[in-house]
Amino acid sequence: MDYFHGYAVVGLVAVVGVLFVTVAFAAGRLLRPEVPTPEKLLTYECGVDPVGEGWAHTQIRYYVYSYLYVIFAVDAIFLFPWATVFAAPGFGGATLVEMFVFLGFLAVGLLYAWKKGVLEWT
Amino acid sequence: MNDTLDVVLRLIAVLVVFLVLPLLVGQTEHKVMAHMQGRLGPMYAGGFHGWAQLVADGVKFAQKEDVVPADADRRVFQLAPAVALLPYLLVLIAIPIGPHGFVGQNLDAGLFFVLAVMGVGVLGSLMAGWASANKFSLLGALRTAAQLMAYELPMLLAAASVAMAAGTLSLPGIVGSYHWWWTPWQLLGGMVFFTAGLAELQRPPFDMPVADSEIIFGAYTEYTGLRFALFLLAEYAGIVVLCGLTTVLFLGGWHGPWSGSVGWLWTLLKAALLAFVVIWLRVSYPRLREDQLQKLAWTVLIPLSLAQIALTGVVKVVTS
Repeated sequence: MDYFHGYAVVGLVAVVGVLFVTVAFAAGRLLRPEVPTPEKLLTYECGVDPVGEGWAHTQIRYYVYSYLYVIFAVDAIFLFPWATVFAAPGFGGATLVEMFVFLGFLAVGLLYAWKKGVLEWT
Repeated sequence: MNDTLDVVLRLIAVLVVFLVLPLLVGQTEHKVMAHMQGRLGPMYAGGFHGWAQLVADGVKFAQKEDVVPADADRRVFQLAPAVALLPYLLVLIAIPIGPHGFVGQNLDAGLFFVLAVMGVGVLGSLMAGWASANKFSLLGALRTAAQLMAYELPMLLAAASVAMAAGTLSLPGIVGSYHWWWTPWQLLGGMVFFTAGLAELQRPPFDMPVADSEIIFGAYTEYTGLRFALFLLAEYAGIVVLCGLTTVLFLGGWHGPWSGSVGWLWTLLKAALLAFVVIWLRVSYPRLREDQLQKLAWTVLIPLSLAQIALTGVVKVVTS
């Protein structure tokens, strides 16, 4: 019961936030002038009239990082439930061994990526 | 009835904190930066040392025309500032200020909730960059996303280390089980957390997503008026949240002399001190290059946070 009550309040905060933004935008609409001209509606970009469209070719080197991130983040999620119980009496050194196995896996993964050179661009 | 009143008061308190503290940080930044650079900063608005400068800025922003470029994806472009801003409002409710339930709402999985919700903010920048129909905005948005991915991880790991030390995910619970020797014990994790948080907020020296000399103003280039102001508010609300969280997790929150009566003051003081450090760092360090940023995260911060987890685990099991 308490659990749902807690998140109900969080939900209310979200409602308050949405209301705040709505009121701000609505009030802004009443306060500000609205005089669109073609020049004004042109994309600003860097101050010079834009050449071509907004979607340009660029070399995206970030995708390796996103793979790495997904792998690590999924692992890291498991840390949180484990963190609350690992020192409970009765486990002794077992959880500690588990932890080092876990850290070992992460470290080996990171070292592999490092060795492969994906963490350096130059 | 009493319960309803209680909840309403909490909601109002959170909204007020959300609207006032970021402005305080902003004004402090104006003045601190100015004095560090041998200037005076704003001196006119409001009379006394320009205290009303940000109020004046707000009035200016509210009456500026709201230009949506003709090529932009209109709806997404207009919604983006709200998506960037609201996660920080949500996070504020879980951060404890003082003992005996002086917190917006005590959530059992508070730490997890906070980290998860803070990650949503990046969607706002990504939406803004993608919808702007501007090459530099798109680049800035991609940089933002890459930065979040690189720095979310050390942040998660450092936070997990605190959760291991405390044996709970509830933020008031974490502060409740704090002892003074936690700060030296978790020092490494604390530094990693704070650095990663700075990078997530795109504060200098990690501000490549808005690097003005390279990509104008990143994802926010095309924004004007109120929507631009909301992006700025999001940045400063982010500073408040980051400093509050670092205080709660690593500096013992309300612990200090007479914490029973003035605990909330300790939390605010520690957070204010951290906010000062955030400003100080902005003045002191030049911007990193985009690849240096990624390298710092993956080859320095993540190994450090893994080491912190190992240290926490060993100490905790040995002492319990």
